[in-house]
Amino acid sequence: MTKRIEFLRITENKRINKDLFTLELSGSERIPEMKPGQFVQAKIEGSPGTFLRRPFSVHDVNYPQNTFKLLISIAGRGTEALSKLVNGDLLNLIYPLGNFFTLPKKGQRILLVGGGCGIAPLLFLAKYLKSNDFIPDILLGFRNKERIIEYDEYSEAGKVFLTTEDGSRGTKGIVTEHPVLSSEGYDVIYCCGPESMMKAVVKYCRQNRIECEVSLENLMGCGIGACLCCVVETVKGNLCTCVDGPVFNINDLKW
Amino acid sequence: MVKLDFSIGDLHFKNPVLTASGTFGYGSEFDDFLDVSRLGGIIVKGTTLEPREGNAYPRMAETPSGMLNSVGLQNKGIDYFEKNIYPVLSKYNTNVIVNINGSYIDDYVALAERISRLEKIPAIELNVSCPNVKKGGMAFGTDIGTLREVTNAVRAVCSKKLIVKLSPNVTNIVDLARVVEEEGADSVSLINTLLGMAVDVNRMKPSLSTITGGLSGPAIRPVAIRMVWQVAQAVNIPVIGIGGIVTAGDALEFFLAGASAIQVGTASFIDPLASVRILEGIEDYLNNKGFSDIREIVGYINKSH
Repeated sequence: MTKRIEFLRITENKRINKDLFTLELSGSERIPEMKPGQFVQAKIEGSPGTFLRRPFSVHDVNYPQNTFKLLISIAGRGTEALSKLVNGDLLNLIYPLGNFFTLPKKGQRILLVGGGCGIAPLLFLAKYLKSNDFIPDILLGFRNKERIIEYDEYSEAGKVFLTTEDGSRGTKGIVTEHPVLSSEGYDVIYCCGPESMMKAVVKYCRQNRIECEVSLENLMGCGIGACLCCVVETVKGNLCTCVDGPVFNINDLKW
Repeated sequence: MVKLDFSIGDLHFKNPVLTASGTFGYGSEFDDFLDVSRLGGIIVKGTTLEPREGNAYPRMAETPSGMLNSVGLQNKGIDYFEKNIYPVLSKYNTNVIVNINGSYIDDYVALAERISRLEKIPAIELNVSCPNVKKGGMAFGTDIGTLREVTNAVRAVCSKKLIVKLSPNVTNIVDLARVVEEEGADSVSLINTLLGMAVDVNRMKPSLSTITGGLSGPAIRPVAIRMVWQVAQAVNIPVIGIGGIVTAGDALEFFLAGASAIQVGTASFIDPLASVRILEGIEDYLNNKGFSDIREIVGYINKSH
């Protein structure tokens, strides 16, 4: 897939809660084909302290409308500046970047596991799986019921299970404590979320011999494999999260 | 048509815009964005005798107008380079220069011998200024005696043009540049990164796994320009300016201060097209100012007009 540098126009900036928002972007040219797990590197304007681009997973793609969405958590000055963009503003992106989740084999039982802002690539993945005749189950973990986001969107693509740490909705606890994990006999798990969650899921998958891919969120410099800053330790040595990932099969990770 | 070419001895460069080692991969990372052959040259990733995994993550921290890195020369070693990367590099119609690194003088000598046998590599950049390796690296470039020894040893076996990349982490860079010239270097490039550090206040730990790292980006540009200006007046070999060049205007500061060529580094991370934009901007500037040859502005501020 050829990478592009392009200005895209903001067509919607939707606040989801205090910390999260989605940006919908539209291209003046036809947007390229993208796959779940891939990401963009966004140039941040209007934030003097922000020097590098910021990576964001592709959250949702609408080819007929020529738009796609990013789900962004306000984590610092850069993302704060992005949260202030309004319809018609331009955002410079390098995209599409990185590898993508691999499709399961026919007949495999699939579970998507995510939490917090880490659910960003999973909506696109859930819809992509559905369009390829796979119906995934989706297990989402949040801190409390106020933090739950996009429940309805996920429900359209598969059956959604919830955990909250305080038990205010769904099963109390963290995702690996949800009973659906053991009761349904999944063959493949796709996971993206906070590192502690992903590590717990990886451990569960190893113990139960379940195939698993995780999408990592390492700090990035360039996003195109030039700076070698975003490496993760793997059985093949240090690999760049930006070009060899962000999606890794857990058999390759030294977690 | 403005003349943009420059030479190191009899090695000709079509223009003076090169890309800095460690910021442009092996060129192919940028093929989707630009025609690498438009550039005067590319200096490919720092290469060592043995493969290196580099330092542990995190290796990068964003800082005001710049970034710290402590990659630590991750690369697959000279054998892999010769076998798998060198054959691909010949597709570029530009000067491909290899940046070499070692822990001991013998490493540098062995690498220089190996690269000297590669027909399509016209020059070596001797990296005596990497701040991110435990052994060697910057230690070679901050002590005059050691710098003399390593330059002398490499010169003896290097049949290619020899560029020595200087460290800014010294008291008087002019002394070091003079030593390098005395030992037969064909050119000096400067500056490598400045030793720096950042602390992650939330995690209450150093931002980098190695604690300290190399600072690059516009934050270091005034230091780089000052050093290029000093060195250009002290040596007779071409000076290649490096340090926080993002725009053509930034590059022109270096030329006016005495650089014969420049390298674009960290800017390529944010704008992969930075190098060609800079090249185009330099050409426009010369046209607008009525110069016909970039040589006319090299060291312009040091001459009386």
